[in-house]
Amino acid sequence: MMETFAFYPHLPVLQVVVPMLAAPLCYLLIKPRLAWLFATLVSWLTFAMAVLLLLQVSDGTLLQYNIGNWEPPWGIAYNVDRLNAFVLLIVSGIAAVVFPYAWHSVQKEIPAKQQTLFFTAMLLCLAGLLGMTITGDAFNVFVLLEISSLSSYTLISLGKDRRALTAAFQYLIMGTIGATFILIGIGLLYMLTGTLNMADLAARLVDVQSSRTMQAALAFIVVGIGLKMAMFPLHLWLPNAYAYAPSVASAFLAATATKVAVYVLLRFLLTIFGVAFVFEAMQVQYLFLPLAVTAMVFASVVAIFQQDVKRMLAYSSVAQLGYILLGIALVNVTGLTATLLHLFNHALMKGALFMALGAICLRVGVATVDSMAGLGKQMPWTMAAFVAGGLSLIGVPLTVGFISKWYLILATLERGWWPLTVAILVASLLAVIYIWRVVEAAYFKERPADAKPVKEAPLGMLIPTWLLVLANVYFGVQTDLTVGIAQAAATSLLGGAP
Amino acid sequence: MNLFDQFLGHYNYWVVIFLMMTGFYAVIASDNLIKKIVGLNIFQTAVFILYISMGKIIGGTAPIVVTQTAEQAANPVVYSNPLPHVLILTAIVVGIATTALGLALVIRIKEAYGTIEEDEILAKDADA
Repeated sequence: MMETFAFYPHLPVLQVVVPMLAAPLCYLLIKPRLAWLFATLVSWLTFAMAVLLLLQVSDGTLLQYNIGNWEPPWGIAYNVDRLNAFVLLIVSGIAAVVFPYAWHSVQKEIPAKQQTLFFTAMLLCLAGLLGMTITGDAFNVFVLLEISSLSSYTLISLGKDRRALTAAFQYLIMGTIGATFILIGIGLLYMLTGTLNMADLAARLVDVQSSRTMQAALAFIVVGIGLKMAMFPLHLWLPNAYAYAPSVASAFLAATATKVAVYVLLRFLLTIFGVAFVFEAMQVQYLFLPLAVTAMVFASVVAIFQQDVKRMLAYSSVAQLGYILLGIALVNVTGLTATLLHLFNHALMKGALFMALGAICLRVGVATVDSMAGLGKQMPWTMAAFVAGGLSLIGVPLTVGFISKWYLILATLERGWWPLTVAILVASLLAVIYIWRVVEAAYFKERPADAKPVKEAPLGMLIPTWLLVLANVYFGVQTDLTVGIAQAAATSLLGGAP
Repeated sequence: MNLFDQFLGHYNYWVVIFLMMTGFYAVIASDNLIKKIVGLNIFQTAVFILYISMGKIIGGTAPIVVTQTAEQAANPVVYSNPLPHVLILTAIVVGIATTALGLALVIRIKEAYGTIEEDEILAKDADA
């Protein structure tokens, strides 16, 4: 039935083109309110397209769309399989809840004349992230990466605090170095093979496995993507960027940007370079393992000592990326399943947490642990959302956080590496401590007598936040969809029968 | 291949490595934000030269179709590869956009802090 529509075969390219064309149109609308409504509409549209794409590929078919009808490997092809359809769903799904949520927060945090530009930059960032995910061309990844990065530097620099400017500048420097490293890596691959199409690259690289150029390309690409995905110790830009960015931008970027970078890493390591080269010849997993474990434990400890709750969550993100990396480093299907699940689940929980914080920033002004004293009574729904998100972050059963950690622990046990199991549990306990600090302040401390009374956040913010919270619970109980897709994608990535 | 060939034969790549490391050092070591951006530009330029070098073929001409007679066909015309050059044109545009955004941020930082030296900015943030 759907096939009768003329746009249907063009879904893969529309997924990127619609938000990208919507960005300049959004700017032409001038009035912030119109721009916001338009951006929200576009975000829902992209979400609908992502759902349709996922439905098409959920049985394992591979969609290929040749842009301008140029046959690959000469033209640029967009390839959709279960893995990137899943990531497209995450990115556009988060956009579809963050955009409607944005209005009140943007009103408060961003000067009126910059609001339209803010929504324009959000749409550009969305287009870049979706494009990185869907493209089947290695150079295209770099271009779309820069589109999303440049717009996210702008988004971060719009924060109220002047430190947002230095945070954005620092991210610009580190992000550009990362992107240039990726560019060098892609250049070296092109020198070896004369092609940029990912499938073609994968086929041709088999013949040059032992060349030093290929090893250098791998090194450049891993470090470059490591910078973009805030792989420990390349995470230094992340805490400041998330802490000082406008609340809406923090919520959107924390839930999507690093996830897409992880996807790009997986695509390069597993599809292009191939399991045999990356994990058997180069043994990359022994580089990833210590980094992942240090990130999990060290970043969680740092998070405990943060006063600013946004900063605390940012360090927690670094720790969560440690779990994601650990799943890759275990090199088994269960571990990779855990990684893919955690991409989805971490987006849900961090989205919910940052959105609850955005509501607190709206009413209280700042989100430090002290400023949240006694808020449990005055903003019951917001704080309840924060607690629910926190429980998910810790990994309590019936939330999504439990599902991904369960698979990760299973994967470590499958390998027989029990010290890693212990490390996962310790890191989860550390998460209990930093979430507890907020809970203690909000529910067990009295509001200071001289503090202004605070109202509950407006419904326009509460409803999207609670949608994510409910998703946290729903996907924590009903795991067929997420685990099914993740397992199938992981199996085919590691070269088993799909 | 002797050492001399190794050096001269890879002359472009030595330039790339030299420029890349110079730029990278400037980004890391300088405190001045403008100098950091200059370093970043040198760093990116190195990659531009890497791409341009890989497209060049010695004796190659511009990639335009030429009609050849039968005896010329024994010695076919060699073309340089235009694709890396096109690719790097895109990367140059991206580099310009990054530089523009970086400089805009430096202006805003100067307005907010009154300085563009990183150590002074950090000191001001520590005081606040």
